[in-house]
Amino acid sequence: MTDLLAIGTRKGLWLARSDDDRRTWMLDGPHLLAQEVAAVSIDTRLPTPRVLAGIQYGHWGPTVMWSDDLGTTWEETDHGAIRFPEGADAALARVWQLRPDTADRPGVVWAGCEPHSLWRSTDGGCSFELVRGLWDHPHRKTWEPGGGGGAVHTVLPDPASDRVTVAMSTGGVYVSEDGGNEWEPRNRGITAAFMPDPLPEYGQCVHKVAVDASGPDRLYAQNHFGVFRSDDAGGSWTSIAGGLPADFGFPVVSSPSTPGTAWVIPLVADMQRVPPDGRLRVQRTRDAGETWTELGDGLPDASWTAVMRDAFCADAADPTGIYVGTRDGCVYASADEGDSFTLVADHLPDVLTVRAVKLP
Amino acid sequence: MTVQVLLPGVLAALAGGAKHLDVEPAGGTLADLLDALAAEHPLLGRRIRDETGQVRRFVNVYVDGDDVRFEGGLAAKVRDGAEVHVLPSVAGG
Repeated sequence: MTDLLAIGTRKGLWLARSDDDRRTWMLDGPHLLAQEVAAVSIDTRLPTPRVLAGIQYGHWGPTVMWSDDLGTTWEETDHGAIRFPEGADAALARVWQLRPDTADRPGVVWAGCEPHSLWRSTDGGCSFELVRGLWDHPHRKTWEPGGGGGAVHTVLPDPASDRVTVAMSTGGVYVSEDGGNEWEPRNRGITAAFMPDPLPEYGQCVHKVAVDASGPDRLYAQNHFGVFRSDDAGGSWTSIAGGLPADFGFPVVSSPSTPGTAWVIPLVADMQRVPPDGRLRVQRTRDAGETWTELGDGLPDASWTAVMRDAFCADAADPTGIYVGTRDGCVYASADEGDSFTLVADHLPDVLTVRAVKLP
Repeated sequence: MTVQVLLPGVLAALAGGAKHLDVEPAGGTLADLLDALAAEHPLLGRRIRDETGQVRRFVNVYVDGDDVRFEGGLAAKVRDGAEVHVLPSVAGG
């Protein structure tokens, strides 16, 4: 069996393969050289895996491309897989997230984009339709852009119901229970230090949300200051930042198989986006955020880099593998849930996104 | 009318490898020209303009040597026999 790790960077895509259960990796690339790859996914529901990439052609604009031969050739839709309809008075600025849905929803792929918008494809990512329920939400025009732009960056379709959860910077967490028609903010308890009301209904800068393996109602959120957990599908949130060296950061990743297990990578603060003490470290909880353990075997000291919100992921293997990509172009893989890491690549452009799967 | 469009190498691949294209727009504005270009070569059209029809921020278009940003943008006049350059700006990183 081959494990495949897709690494999207500021200037292209690399694919790493492991044929020895993730102990060593062979790097292949660059693909899409000189294109920014801010979103990537590997759709293993198809007979041959499809690599989907949300790219930015620098001068020539953003689009979605796909490869059905693991990067050898790439295709795109003539008129653009994602394009705002006439009358929307908006143009796609960046694809932030590509999320294939479950196996029993073949062809369905979700995309989160800038400006704040959610899209749904039923043809495997070749073309997408704007989810009007979120686009037409009366709150939308008050969602501010974060430092990287205003975007839907997290899309979490529930495999067992019509619930879809999204997170936005800024805007916060919104949930639809009917597949995307009606949306409501679910941010109670999440702080917004940059707003006059520190506990607003919406407007928070939630950097990433992950679903716990116990079920769809337990969520983790890495916020712009604060790490939170919800046990009621976002209805309310409580801090789980106690025990962390800092509560700022971008990604949060949950185990797909072990309830209560999740990982974050703290940075000092929003005005100091570097690891505490200049040591790149992952923090892991085994008890849904009650306690945290620092993990650093194989990660660098004297490291003043950062990890972006999608440059951290887990695979679906047992034990869970986790993967860290840094802004200084390094990628680290752990085949033992973070107990130890090995270097997959270094000297790449800054890493924006990583995704890992076991090839069928 | 016929207008000659000159493309940089990176875009020529989207027009069958041609760096010079003879385009016959339906009218005499830059918008008419780009519409005709996109109808023939949709991928090329999308690299130059976004879905609202605006020329992308880091794409420069010159009609007979004049930057269209100072000549009315999409309403810039394009005469029969004009030479239109499409070029990337100096942005990058």
